[in-house]
Amino acid sequence: MNARMLLRWEGVLALVLALEFVLFASISPYFLSVDTLSDASFNFTERALVALPLALLIIAGEIDISVGAIMALASVAMGLAAEQGIGTAGIACTGLVTGLAAGCVNGALVTFGRVPSIVATIGTMTLFRGIAYAVLGDRVLKNYPESFAVFGQGYAAGPLSIELALFIVLAVVFGLILHRTRWGRAIFAIGANPVATRFAGIPVDRYRFILFALTGMASGLAGLLLTSRLGSTRPSIAQGWELEIISIVILGGVSVWGGKGSILGVVLAALVFGLVTFGLGLMNIPGIVMSIFTGALLILVVAVPALVQRR
Amino acid sequence: MTRWNSWSNATRRDVQLALLTLVLLLAATAAFPGFAAPDNLAELLDDTAILIMLALGQMLVILVRGVDLSVAANLALCGMLAALFNRAWPDAGVAPVLILTLFAGGLLGAFNGLLVWKLRLPPIVVTLGTMSVYRGVIYLLSRGAWVNENEMAHDFLEFPRLMFLGLSTLAWMALLCAAAFVLALRYSRAARNLFAAGGNPEAAAYSGIDPGRMQFIAYVISGALAGVCGYLWVARYAVAYTDIALGFELLVIAACLIGGVAITGGAGSALGVLLGCLFLGIIRSSLPLVGISSFWQMFINGVVILVAVLLSARQRPHSRTILEAPRT
Repeated sequence: MNARMLLRWEGVLALVLALEFVLFASISPYFLSVDTLSDASFNFTERALVALPLALLIIAGEIDISVGAIMALASVAMGLAAEQGIGTAGIACTGLVTGLAAGCVNGALVTFGRVPSIVATIGTMTLFRGIAYAVLGDRVLKNYPESFAVFGQGYAAGPLSIELALFIVLAVVFGLILHRTRWGRAIFAIGANPVATRFAGIPVDRYRFILFALTGMASGLAGLLLTSRLGSTRPSIAQGWELEIISIVILGGVSVWGGKGSILGVVLAALVFGLVTFGLGLMNIPGIVMSIFTGALLILVVAVPALVQRR
Repeated sequence: MTRWNSWSNATRRDVQLALLTLVLLLAATAAFPGFAAPDNLAELLDDTAILIMLALGQMLVILVRGVDLSVAANLALCGMLAALFNRAWPDAGVAPVLILTLFAGGLLGAFNGLLVWKLRLPPIVVTLGTMSVYRGVIYLLSRGAWVNENEMAHDFLEFPRLMFLGLSTLAWMALLCAAAFVLALRYSRAARNLFAAGGNPEAAAYSGIDPGRMQFIAYVISGALAGVCGYLWVARYAVAYTDIALGFELLVIAACLIGGVAITGGAGSALGVLLGCLFLGIIRSSLPLVGISSFWQMFINGVVILVAVLLSARQRPHSRTILEAPRT
């Protein structure tokens, strides 16, 4: 897929998004109100936040399927910090640092350990989720201070939630990094041909490590937002989210083979995904049926370009 | 140690793992004298049987550079099919259920395989997708309800439990499967083609082997095994619902990795996988004895997977297992 193809893909996503708006607006007269849309944004902002750095990682030819487990680990760490009576700022830092540390573990396994990222993150996914279960068992942590709720439930300005504001800021930052800086060019180059990129003098392993660390930190942030929104921590928190997050990235037109993709596509895909989830929720369709949709969409999105290319 | 050096890498890995498993078994026996009693070992094998069968199927898929994350969902879907079939026709006996699950599982596997073969889609994305589709389909089939023990026929429930020479049918099935895999991988031409397709797809294609077709076959076998295991699982635990075996695919992959199957394809042995499963099984059944809560199981699996992949990433530069020349 070249740039024009990508533009077309983003056009398709924008069209789907517009259709969704029309559909839901015709189903429910309340859909097109600012409050409803603001509510709907909670369906995807946490996933979308992780999708941004993960898109960079997948463009660079790697993958991280431990993101959901990192969210759980960060949530458990924050819950334990809250039990110790640490304040809101301290709890938030705990979550971010835990995410960053977990991301560094992934990065170290892939760069120093020379383990393929799929296997490494299958391992750490089991490990991180395992730590969450080992520490909590069947307990629930919910001794969060009242002010902690601000991250997941607070509003930055009017109906604009803090979560959504954070996502918009980060989307712009990641978009600029990927499409306007030398680092972004290097990420595309690594995904297209890591060996040639290494010969061109770009420290490929350093990039990989940093991308894993960033993805870990974003997962920590998402864990912070989700925990703050729910107000409690169970070891099963964010279970299966890795599937949805990877789906968003691939739906956004990022090539699973690396080397291609755009942040605009990922943002549009996150909106499409969030609206569909919200819409199915409006129609009282249970989450497990949603998973048929998510799974089929994931396959369809990779299958369609393959079918087109075969002609 | 000349003998040791003359063995292939794969044999040495298998021997190392066998020793490690033996040490683990001895340690457990030293702490709990009853651990190595025949009855307990038979039970251990019974507990590990489903893992063994799934891991053998998964090994084939990994050998041809794929991965099948949908095995547990496939198992759960076929298990639900078996339970529903049994509820509708309680007198049909076990044979139709076995055939039904074999074909249903094979079909689900074939779907994965076709996408990977014909459209050249990345296996991890395909099976991540089908994993969630298959789970959703179980919900649609069962309308979210459970099928409980009292809705299952006596034959249906008893089949995996029948004892024969001190072992359950379930354990025998796993052992026969493992033996069939060991022999087939060693002596059949199809298996050599599988190794060739995984080790070097381009070279395999030049010698007339279609690597895509090999991937397809691997997925079908893995799916069919998962299907039969679905029935066995449901009969053994006497319940079928949407979430059975949730996350079990990770344990299956872990067993393969511990068993020395290279995630990059082309290298692995059935014996290694069998040992990998037993290794995990021994850990699992000795945990409660040591007084560690079962909540630690997942953590330990994670550590074991990471240690196994780190070691294999160091030990294996690019070697293939089969047709490997002995070192001189």
